[in-house]
Amino acid sequence: MKKIAPEILVIGGGAAGLSAAAEAASAGAKVLVVESDLRLGGQLIKQTHKFFGSKDEYAGTRGYKIADILLNEIDSFKDSVSILQNTTVTGYYTEDDTFTAMRGEEEVFQIKPQKTIVATGAQERLIPFPNNDLPGVYGAGAVQTLMNVYGVLPGKRVLMVGAGNIGLIVSYQLMQAGVEVAAIVEAGPRIGGYWVHAAKIRRMGVPILLRHSIKKALGEDVITGAVITGLNEKFEQVGPEEEIECDLICIAVGLSPTTELLSQAGCKMMYVPQLCGNVAQRDRTMRTSNPAFYTAGDASGIEEASAAMVEGRIAGLSAAAALGYPTEHGKIDEYWSRLESLRMGEAGARICQGIECVLVKGWEGASHE
Amino acid sequence: MSDKNMDMLFNSGVLTGEREGAILPPRELWEKKKGGVVIIECPQRIPCNPCHTSCPTGAILPFEDINNTPKVNWEKCTGCTLCVSACPGLACFVIDLTFSEENALYKLPYEMLPLPVKGQKVQCLDREGKSVGEGTVENVTQPRKDRTHVVHVSAPKSLVTIFRSIRVVK
Amino acid sequence: MDEKVGPGGKGSKLALIEEHPILDFVHGEKVRFFFDGKELEGFEGEPISMALHANGVRIYRETAEMHRPRGFFCAIGKCSSCFMIVDGVPNVRTCITPLKAGMKVETQHGKGNVPDLNDGRPRS
Repeated sequence: MKKIAPEILVIGGGAAGLSAAAEAASAGAKVLVVESDLRLGGQLIKQTHKFFGSKDEYAGTRGYKIADILLNEIDSFKDSVSILQNTTVTGYYTEDDTFTAMRGEEEVFQIKPQKTIVATGAQERLIPFPNNDLPGVYGAGAVQTLMNVYGVLPGKRVLMVGAGNIGLIVSYQLMQAGVEVAAIVEAGPRIGGYWVHAAKIRRMGVPILLRHSIKKALGEDVITGAVITGLNEKFEQVGPEEEIECDLICIAVGLSPTTELLSQAGCKMMYVPQLCGNVAQRDRTMRTSNPAFYTAGDASGIEEASAAMVEGRIAGLSAAAALGYPTEHGKIDEYWSRLESLRMGEAGARICQGIECVLVKGWEGASHE
Repeated sequence: MSDKNMDMLFNSGVLTGEREGAILPPRELWEKKKGGVVIIECPQRIPCNPCHTSCPTGAILPFEDINNTPKVNWEKCTGCTLCVSACPGLACFVIDLTFSEENALYKLPYEMLPLPVKGQKVQCLDREGKSVGEGTVENVTQPRKDRTHVVHVSAPKSLVTIFRSIRVVK
Repeated sequence: MDEKVGPGGKGSKLALIEEHPILDFVHGEKVRFFFDGKELEGFEGEPISMALHANGVRIYRETAEMHRPRGFFCAIGKCSSCFMIVDGVPNVRTCITPLKAGMKVETQHGKGNVPDLNDGRPRS
């Protein structure tokens, strides 16, 4: 079987992975980026809205344009960054420190890197309700892929479940694509996403029903509607119930970090509710308990893409430094101060709590970098 | 409306009353400012500052902490709409009270289709999307050439505290 | 709603976004492929499931025990909901597998049978 041996393997070509690859390459390292999707850019290429943050995080620029900026940066390191798309890393074997990977459905090979940055992102969560398996119940990311990447109409009328940032943003994007948003149901007593995202869809007439959830989906073999219900303070379904006609139920109830490879590599994992799941312990360089493994982006805890890009920079820089490439002194501190400022808002407080749980000062027996 | 209902409405994304980050300009100054002044409705602390960085006159004050809500010096505002098109939250609006005796000129961000044209009648929507009147499109601009349009609508001055969006009837 | 419209039904107009306020869509070359024996159109290089969706096809497989219909869910190759048989190979993640001209895509019933290695089918 073919075996390749890059200096640095970056798994995932999204916001964090591309930033990590660019940063490592700028330090002089040779990088291989492996991306399971057909296109690079991860979730960035699905975002039509302008990003928050400051100039450093491309504030005021639409997400898909930020992907272009990152790809141009990667392009300037053509000689040191190679990229494999439509390629899935399927496992890690500690016996010989080797990954298996699959390109398309046929070509199988091995990768044995010196350092690995796991930037595998996240996966959509689902909540239980009758018929939640019927075609037409789609994750919010899937709806974005359909309409914003491939220009396919996802449906005619949608019920959005969840008013976090993703639920709010995707509702707005659905309207831009010409899909009617019947309502957004949110189990909590307030929207979870940024207030301004809610305001811009409210003023277009979309109801956001707080303390409401979906009771069941309707349909024989595909979705034809949904029954929603009011919730009490214990989240019990107490009504009133209402039937909504829709051919699409979009699920935006949160994401879970994708961390199987980190577990397989023996990285010390920890369940951190504020980071939305099981994540690897890491130090300030984004190194995990396995000295060859770094993590960044949603795989290290669910957060905004702006933070994922900064974490990617830190991981890329640290992996290159660990291989002996000279890096600018103090750059990691600079990136950390950017992260801290991104995390100072309302949503950031929770993230900071989570980071505190999972961040270690250093690793026993390891030389401090 | 009870305080509880007001809170519920605010918690679903509808501004209720004045709050930090969503304060109207002093009426006296506002009424005589040709070109209008910016109204910002951004009452939550979030890490964001393009309103300030896009402002050419220094009317939107620098952020000590990027998470602070925006503050405006309306004396300096010329109603240029650069912030209207730069704000990622579409939370900036310009309202010009000098437009005519009865009507104000509302300059609102717009990222939907169909795009209205000059002279077209549009529905004026409040913060919950309810139609509260009719306006006439006076101009459609694209200040930053990034496909966020600013639609200039003349509509009654009585709508000044409620009219924040438009519906274009095909 | 067109949920009952079979593949290629209602003419063969694809359910595409014609006009978008922010995005311009650039599609690959239009090619023909087969879904359960019927000829459909899609764009080469774009995921199979996207092409099916544009043709009004929502059901991609049927579960092994409860015989429930399944469409896609995550569209990023992580959830296994969109598995189909593609050119004889079962359990293909159609949300991240590119469409090619002449491809034979079939609804998968149950777990799918891995093709016999000795059936003479070319292996790469």
